[in-house]
Amino acid sequence: MILDSKIPEGPLAEKWTKHKFNVKLVNPANKRKYDVIVVGTGLAGASAAASLAELGYNVKAFCFQDSPRRAHSIAAQGGINAAKNYQNDGDSVYRLFYDTIKGGDYRARESNVYRLAEVSVKIIDQCVAQGVPFAREYGGLLANRSFGGAQVSRTFYARGQTGQQLLLGAYSALSRQVANGKVKLYPRTEMMDVVTIDGKAKGIITRNLITGAIESHAAHAVLLCTGGYGNVFFLSTNAMGSNVTAAWRAHKKGALMANPCFTQIHPTCIPVSGDHQSKLTLMSESLRNDGRVWVPATVATAEKLRKGQIKANDIKEEDRDYFLERKYPSFGNLVPRDVASRNAKYVCDEGRGVNETGEAVFLDFRDAIKRDGKDIISAKYGNLFDMYQQITGENPYEMPMMIYPAVHYTMGGLWVDYNLMTNVPGLYALGEANFSDHGANRLGASALMQGLADGYFVIPYTIGDYLAQNPAGKIGTDHPEFQKAEKEVKERIQKLLGIKGEKTIDHFHKRLGKIMWDYCGMARTEEGLKKAKAMIKELKSEFWSSVNVLGDNEELNQSLEKAHRVADFIELGELMVDDALNRNESCGGHFREEYQTPEGEALRDDENFAYVAAWKYLGEGQEEELVKEPLIFENVKLTQRSYK
Amino acid sequence: MNLTLKIWRQKNNSDKGGFKDYKLGGVSKDMSFLEMLDVLNEELAAKGEDPVHFDHDCREGICGMCSLYINGKPHGPQQTTTCQLHMRSFNDGETITIEPWRAKAFPVLKDLVTDRSAFDRIIQAGGYVSVNTGGVPDANEIPIPKTIADMAMDAAQCIGCGACVAACKNASAMLFTSAKVSQLALLPQGQVERKTRAEKMVAQMDAEGFGACTNTGACEAECPKGISITNIARMNREYFSAVVSSQNV
Repeated sequence: MILDSKIPEGPLAEKWTKHKFNVKLVNPANKRKYDVIVVGTGLAGASAAASLAELGYNVKAFCFQDSPRRAHSIAAQGGINAAKNYQNDGDSVYRLFYDTIKGGDYRARESNVYRLAEVSVKIIDQCVAQGVPFAREYGGLLANRSFGGAQVSRTFYARGQTGQQLLLGAYSALSRQVANGKVKLYPRTEMMDVVTIDGKAKGIITRNLITGAIESHAAHAVLLCTGGYGNVFFLSTNAMGSNVTAAWRAHKKGALMANPCFTQIHPTCIPVSGDHQSKLTLMSESLRNDGRVWVPATVATAEKLRKGQIKANDIKEEDRDYFLERKYPSFGNLVPRDVASRNAKYVCDEGRGVNETGEAVFLDFRDAIKRDGKDIISAKYGNLFDMYQQITGENPYEMPMMIYPAVHYTMGGLWVDYNLMTNVPGLYALGEANFSDHGANRLGASALMQGLADGYFVIPYTIGDYLAQNPAGKIGTDHPEFQKAEKEVKERIQKLLGIKGEKTIDHFHKRLGKIMWDYCGMARTEEGLKKAKAMIKELKSEFWSSVNVLGDNEELNQSLEKAHRVADFIELGELMVDDALNRNESCGGHFREEYQTPEGEALRDDENFAYVAAWKYLGEGQEEELVKEPLIFENVKLTQRSYK
Repeated sequence: MNLTLKIWRQKNNSDKGGFKDYKLGGVSKDMSFLEMLDVLNEELAAKGEDPVHFDHDCREGICGMCSLYINGKPHGPQQTTTCQLHMRSFNDGETITIEPWRAKAFPVLKDLVTDRSAFDRIIQAGGYVSVNTGGVPDANEIPIPKTIADMAMDAAQCIGCGACVAACKNASAMLFTSAKVSQLALLPQGQVERKTRAEKMVAQMDAEGFGACTNTGACEAECPKGISITNIARMNREYFSAVVSSQNV
């Protein structure tokens, strides 16, 4: 199988412009003859659904939450990047492109990333026009802050709730189209399968989460905007409902899954407090603008700290190790996430962790408060400080915060071409659900940018190219493929409900999470990954023989919802391990201990691994087939990433 | 900690429902309220009993999906969301009463889960600026005074959880509706549709069966995001000025 990425010819900076001219168009009168399904209503889904409806397409939008406004994009805190160069500090489309490619450790497609940087400026215009209340300076113009992996200030923000404000902007645009009758909304509805007819995506099967009704929906194209799969680790910063099910069902219907092992471990999360923990809470990366990361210089001091004999503020300046500033003087505390996380792990592994479990480092605002005053710091980060205090019971204005890395984002996802179409014609993946823009590590404030770029400014152009080549007109669900898919979904539900074993669903989810974190988390080894693979296989067979899924299908049944998701996570987990085993190099968030520089930095192998690893499902119990898409770099020179 | 939980159980919308008592031990003070319910549900599931259904998602206090009327207060004793409420706010041996939001416009679907789609319909009635994607001016084209942008942001922080409705003796949705009306009335981008927006959103709010506002301030006191009732005052002004010059006769 050969993957065609459909990257347009020509110089990098002209590719998108040329492509927009070359793609086929659907004329305005014909757009109303096409139906489009959008699954997921986060930044990518809501912006795509609204924009396509504005163009005249008939859209059906689905989400499992009770309202589209609750999608997990809402929890993004710090900001959104855009190459506006409002600060006159040397930013440009090319610099944002370069920073993103480099930050991703040279494992992303140049053409997609350049387009992302190019449309980033329009996103800010669009959001402001919608009434998104971005932070402003006293002169009335937009404010910016800096984020990890960049030396310019290009991040736009709305206090610590940027994701919320951007999502509510997209949700308002979506709501307007619902009122106009161009979008039909299906909240509390979960996608259970993709329906393909003659190899093309023609609809989906859904479950109504209130009544349990299994329904078919047909369309000329299907967009999966279903986010990432970080919850495979059980504990992550994702929402409790975030899941891989839609993407995984598409994968089993033929869509390739690319770079699944590329997961982002975010350095600044509130540490785990006990076994009861259900999720982890992120403290925005923006905090690293003013907070200084440190641990005690010696293990002996750290031990005293852990035993409660001394407090953080008792430790003198010379006994502190500001390890990021020490190792990376030019980027300091603002090194990219993978680098910051790994270094936090190193100092904790050395025994210099600062909380009871030994798995935490300090993020200290003492110096910033001394420099700027409490009011300024509170204006910038007040809500984050309050959130921290609410969760931990400690006051970060007086005591340094304690943080530790946690799973936050998945760069991997469904393979898509330049048009954001998967290898299944008519099936698209947008936002975090696809793999395309962040390589092996995503820079802060770039997820919001990508979700909105895909939805507002890419798909409205590229979907026309496909639809124009496919007949318009009524499309029904009477094809036997719909009945077949519905039957399979119902059988799977009956199978899950029929096991009636003795173990709860969370029991399996927690075990899976531990396997993934221990062996496929911040540091990976061949030996560990092989062990993990065997453990996951065993877990899977145990799940299908001894899980207990309570209740019936014909009701609101949160156990059944969870069971579907966990079953899919288990299968995904195995593929992630395969992918991590295959990639005999370290890059970005994928750190194989066997492949590191003498200083402990990720050691890439560009000769053998400058490719996208896309995996093809071949059937139950079979090993997946690896399909490679070579990454060709015509504009940037591949170098060892250095933030020193 | 050992607790007695008095929880509202209701099989579905047509079921009458009622309280059921549960004993729960081994609760740590560091658990969030929802994690405490997770522990209960794991125990129930292990015994083969149907877990208590409740809405929740982000567990970071921002998605607005969690609700719960705890000991007679929406989101419990602290001014925060239930997911951010921690068990250190309760005492060993305490009895905690847990109910769903109670409002005609928020019908109970199961146990503690309610249908809040009325809020979506209020937004659909006019909670937006009618601009299509593309063709908008540069983001810095219209300077907005920082104080105005900050006030708009204060209002825009609403998470749509419905605590204001649950707290109100009239089950009024004035705080929710006014937050959106205020945000857009304050910003230059919202001026064009300012009057029709206020009219339409208020009309939809009434059509959904929410009660009237009698200025008790309970909504503001219980709002996890501290949305101020000055927004209600602003919406009333917006509404009156819209109605007196209305084209809709």
